[in-house]
Amino acid sequence: MTMLQTDSQGHLRHFLNFDDLSYQHLISIMDTAESFVGITKRSIKKVPLLRGHTIVNLFFEPSTRTLTTFELAAKRLSADVLNFHPKTSATKKGESLLDTLHTIEAMQCDMFIVRHADSGAAHFIAQHTHPDVSVINAGDGSHAHPTQAMLDMFTIRHHKTDFTKLSVAIVGDVLHSRVARSQIHALNLLQTGEIRVIAPKTLLSNHIKTLGVEVYHNLEQGIKDVDVIIMLRLQKERMQGALLPSENEYFQLYGLTANKLKLAKPDVIVMHPGPINRGVEMDSIVADGPHSVILQQVSYGIAIRMAVMSMILTPPQSQ
Amino acid sequence: MSTATEKICIQNAHIINPAENFDGISNLYLAKQKIVTIHPNLTDFTPDRIIDATGLLVIPGLVDLNLHLKSPEIEPKFNFNRECEAAQANGITTLCCPPHQRPYIDTPAVAKMVHHSNKQLQILPIGSLSKELAGEHLSEMVSLQQAGCIAVSNGVYAISDTLVLRRALEYASTHDLLVFIYAQDHWLQRHGCMHEGKVSLRLGLTGIPEAAETIAIARDLALIEQTGVRAHFCRLSCHKSVEMVSKAQQQGLPVTADVSISHLYLTDMDVADFNTNCHVIPPLRTEQDQLGLKQGIANGTIQAICSDHTPLTQDAKLAPFPSSLPGISSLDSFIPLALRLVNDNTISLSQMVSLLSWQPAQILQINAGSLNPDVWANICIIDTNTEWTLTQDNMYSQAYNTPFLGWPLQGRVKYTLYRGEVVYQDSSISIN
Repeated sequence: MTMLQTDSQGHLRHFLNFDDLSYQHLISIMDTAESFVGITKRSIKKVPLLRGHTIVNLFFEPSTRTLTTFELAAKRLSADVLNFHPKTSATKKGESLLDTLHTIEAMQCDMFIVRHADSGAAHFIAQHTHPDVSVINAGDGSHAHPTQAMLDMFTIRHHKTDFTKLSVAIVGDVLHSRVARSQIHALNLLQTGEIRVIAPKTLLSNHIKTLGVEVYHNLEQGIKDVDVIIMLRLQKERMQGALLPSENEYFQLYGLTANKLKLAKPDVIVMHPGPINRGVEMDSIVADGPHSVILQQVSYGIAIRMAVMSMILTPPQSQ
Repeated sequence: MSTATEKICIQNAHIINPAENFDGISNLYLAKQKIVTIHPNLTDFTPDRIIDATGLLVIPGLVDLNLHLKSPEIEPKFNFNRECEAAQANGITTLCCPPHQRPYIDTPAVAKMVHHSNKQLQILPIGSLSKELAGEHLSEMVSLQQAGCIAVSNGVYAISDTLVLRRALEYASTHDLLVFIYAQDHWLQRHGCMHEGKVSLRLGLTGIPEAAETIAIARDLALIEQTGVRAHFCRLSCHKSVEMVSKAQQQGLPVTADVSISHLYLTDMDVADFNTNCHVIPPLRTEQDQLGLKQGIANGTIQAICSDHTPLTQDAKLAPFPSSLPGISSLDSFIPLALRLVNDNTISLSQMVSLLSWQPAQILQINAGSLNPDVWANICIIDTNTEWTLTQDNMYSQAYNTPFLGWPLQGRVKYTLYRGEVVYQDSSISIN
């Protein structure tokens, strides 16, 4: 299934992960997003770009902020938006997912925004949906969350100019994080100078180096002289799975405090995909401090999602 | 089709009888459902039927140590007899049914039912090692054996309680029962759906580490040594497992092993991008593992290749990878893929025949898998030169869950004989 995401001219058809995308794709997405940032600051925040298009949020897994930003992005492009939350039972079966899909397809929609607990679910839907329907992956299992990664790249680009000179540290549960995987792929595509991952071995794959990252198990060493620190959200379930002893010990070792932050470059930016567990991943002083760009990430998220939706749904010559 | 009492001469055939290391052009004579002899020209034999096997390969009927005739899905999905016919059409005359097919083979009644479910195919049920395969209480192993079970096993369900496992092996050993072990550590394989490695990392799929298999093998070897049980490891997937089994064999432990045909051709790379037809248990591992498995069949550490045929409906595979059911419908590519191992010089043709018939029969200690006089005339006749492409239309299995669709293959079964009777004949052959 190579080149599932792009058409013969290289234009985006779906946005599922970064596998068959190029440096230029990422730059185009960010450049397009740039043009939408201004719109979101106007008093009338709408453009008629996707008028008459129907976008369906198909969220099999609960989400508030991702869903909201996708919905807002679609509405600001004047698309009609439907939100579906199909019930998924413990014994979910392929038939029900495909049936749900075809039922909604029959309503003549143009795009699915998909979130699902299974890795590969967005690929599966892209492979089985009508050829005229596009799919954006809004998070599938531990696999990918490409729009989140793009909004992170966009945020970094706003603060730092040249990716090739940057040192970026990703801290926390890399093993289970679709966000981290997508960030690493995007940072690599943008030829980032150095990508570090910082976590105990229980939250890293043995093979993580094959993704082109440096591995640190010590936060102080890992964030030394970095330009960007991305903190990942720690799921409470990780304590039950014997991956970590306690939130306290995690915070002691991997929690970002104002003191530790001094080890990074003076102009370091601190990011987090949200929602933050204050006192677990980081101190409130850091989260709300001058280095934090966490709320900017959220507003850039809308611009990035507008960019991806419009690039997929409108022919390139009209952009 | 012939009748069972016919006297048959299979003429001018390339015959391989691995039991006697015979490999040459000759005639094979059958009477009263049994093999009479291999002889260039038996004068006092008047055949009722002559099968001209010029240019064809004649070998013992295949003995498959692991073949699911039923889908593991709860509801029966496929016609049982048609799946039996698919086995015959692919040269299989003896097969072992794992205990985890539904209903579980854990009572003598079910064992008898399975054992006698088809008269033109030797179906050997494998009884459960623990009650309801739950790994808590011993099953009635001796009663299961009396009802036709050739071996006992806990199927794909790992027994996590080592004390229960030890007791089960001790009890099996007491009654000289063969135990089939699918070695997986219950905890390490939990939630996993593919090999833990670079590909699982990239796809964000929960991996099953190599250690899930090697830890279980280390534990099982220790218990096998202690209990003295006859044990057979099913479907090895890691090169390290092959090394461990080999070492145990060198130390004199009477353990045997098999590998599934799919693991000799596919690796975890084939899972990308989320190809559910490559979702299989044990998982497809790395190229290095595949190489180790190939060395294992070449050097004799692994004595048998099984099909691990698992028919599944389209619905079972039409799901995101972790929610799809594992298994490959492998019958229709079984012999062609085995022949490829000969073409790529992994093993010799006679080794291949032995791995598919004689050696698995030896593991089961049954009088099959050979062309020796007085053995049931179970025979597979193959045209090794036919080139064809696997498509849904030319599959005999009712299930199309195979990643080999569209593969160019070489070699097809022309005839299958079971107890002297032609039970399958390639439809393109005109009947004399």
